[in-house]
Amino acid sequence: MSKFKLKRVGLIASIVLVIVIIGGIFGGLEAKKHQAVDSNDYNKIKSSHVMRWGVKGDTRLFGLISPKTGQSEGFDVDMARAITAQMAKNAGTKIKPEFTSVTTNSKIQLLKNHQVEAVAATMTITPERAKVIDFTKPYFPAGQSILVKKDSPIKDIKQLNSPKYTVITTIGTTAVQTMKQFAPKAKVISMPDNSQALSALESGQGVAVTTDNAILYGLADQNRSTKVVGKPFTNQPYGLAMNKNQPELRSAMNKALEQVIANGTYNKLIKKWFSHVPGLDWRSLEK
Amino acid sequence: MINIFLENWKTLLDGFWITILSSIVGLVGSLVLGTIFALLEMAPNKFLKFIGSAFVEFFRNIPLLVITLFFYVVVAADFHISGFWSGTIGLILYTSAFIAECIRGGVDSVDPGQMEGARANGLTYTQAMVQVVLPQGFKLAIPSLGNQFINLVKNSSILSFVAGFDLMYQANVISGENLDPFNTYIIVGIMYLIITVSVSKCMSIIESKVNGGATE
Repeated sequence: MSKFKLKRVGLIASIVLVIVIIGGIFGGLEAKKHQAVDSNDYNKIKSSHVMRWGVKGDTRLFGLISPKTGQSEGFDVDMARAITAQMAKNAGTKIKPEFTSVTTNSKIQLLKNHQVEAVAATMTITPERAKVIDFTKPYFPAGQSILVKKDSPIKDIKQLNSPKYTVITTIGTTAVQTMKQFAPKAKVISMPDNSQALSALESGQGVAVTTDNAILYGLADQNRSTKVVGKPFTNQPYGLAMNKNQPELRSAMNKALEQVIANGTYNKLIKKWFSHVPGLDWRSLEK
Repeated sequence: MINIFLENWKTLLDGFWITILSSIVGLVGSLVLGTIFALLEMAPNKFLKFIGSAFVEFFRNIPLLVITLFFYVVVAADFHISGFWSGTIGLILYTSAFIAECIRGGVDSVDPGQMEGARANGLTYTQAMVQVVLPQGFKLAIPSLGNQFINLVKNSSILSFVAGFDLMYQANVISGENLDPFNTYIIVGIMYLIITVSVSKCMSIIESKVNGGATE
């Protein structure tokens, strides 16, 4: 008899627990929706005088954490600074940029969670991403390319279209989808970030790393036993990202981007970061 | 949330089986290895004892990720070893250190009279240990072994770092495509729960069976 009672108590307790968990999840979802509709990021930036940017921490030339300062440094970081300064000038107030490191995996989530207002993190403008976040106009002409070991016989992406080849990508990039298009027969493995993709290439886990040319130049620059081969086979320009339904922030950022390009700051940054990369015609990047 | 599962159920189930496979291989491997090192740790011979405790202290005190990446990046440069195996070998080495400690704890709480009695009846140390003391120690270690097995299942998500195609890896890939990590990770969390809850159920059944046998 007491065993039966005990069972019933356990059953009731587990039902209550399940209800609490499910309720918590849906409650959280509702709260998030609510938050997303309410905030106007542009006004928030102006009133707090702080603009929080998500930038890469592991991508040479674009956003790489410097061991000296502990801060990310690179073209994207400098662009974010220039855009923030221009926006502050346009609004007639002071705005300080603040940087958070993001990974390819977390950048959209951080934006949606309102932990950052904008993202400048080697992010290709795609229709799928545009469904959940908004982009400015393109600010960097990127395209997908491949990186191989120096002694590799592989010359371009078409040669990789065989089940005997393993190609390394980074999780959360568009490279996974484009591989299905250009070399559907190749085996694809995804690594958590670019530096791990490079070490996987070095240890022979795959024959090539594929991602945006700009990132690959950074990897080749860092590791001289690898090289970038073939011309970019896609056109996937980068855009600065912000949350959906932020028309004021978006137009302010677009305006600032145009001005930064027009006044020559953009070309200065291109020269600063890309003029010394071996094999890259950096003048073709200038606007 | 349901449509994420419907769209990706094939990939998710692939990952689910890989996670289960890695856990089973890990469980068997670490149980065998853990028992061996527990026996070494308790051996009367000083040298064997040193080897046993050195192994346990070493693998218990470095992160699983370091062991796994060592196999995936360093060892793989000379002998090709896939992401699945580097992750699973890492799991076995790491978990066996904890399992060795559980078993040693179990054997330590067996009444010393058992060993003395067995020796007095003419058994050698090895015979007495393996046939008399160890089975009783195992029985006492079952609850803490259950904890280790659940940890093992959860730790198998380390495979996602080395492209081992497990459940967590597939979750990362899927959320990179559908840009909805929130709901994707909820689904994957539920799938992990299915495995871990079954493991803990199995362990409590074994526990009650073993204890039931003892009182009869």
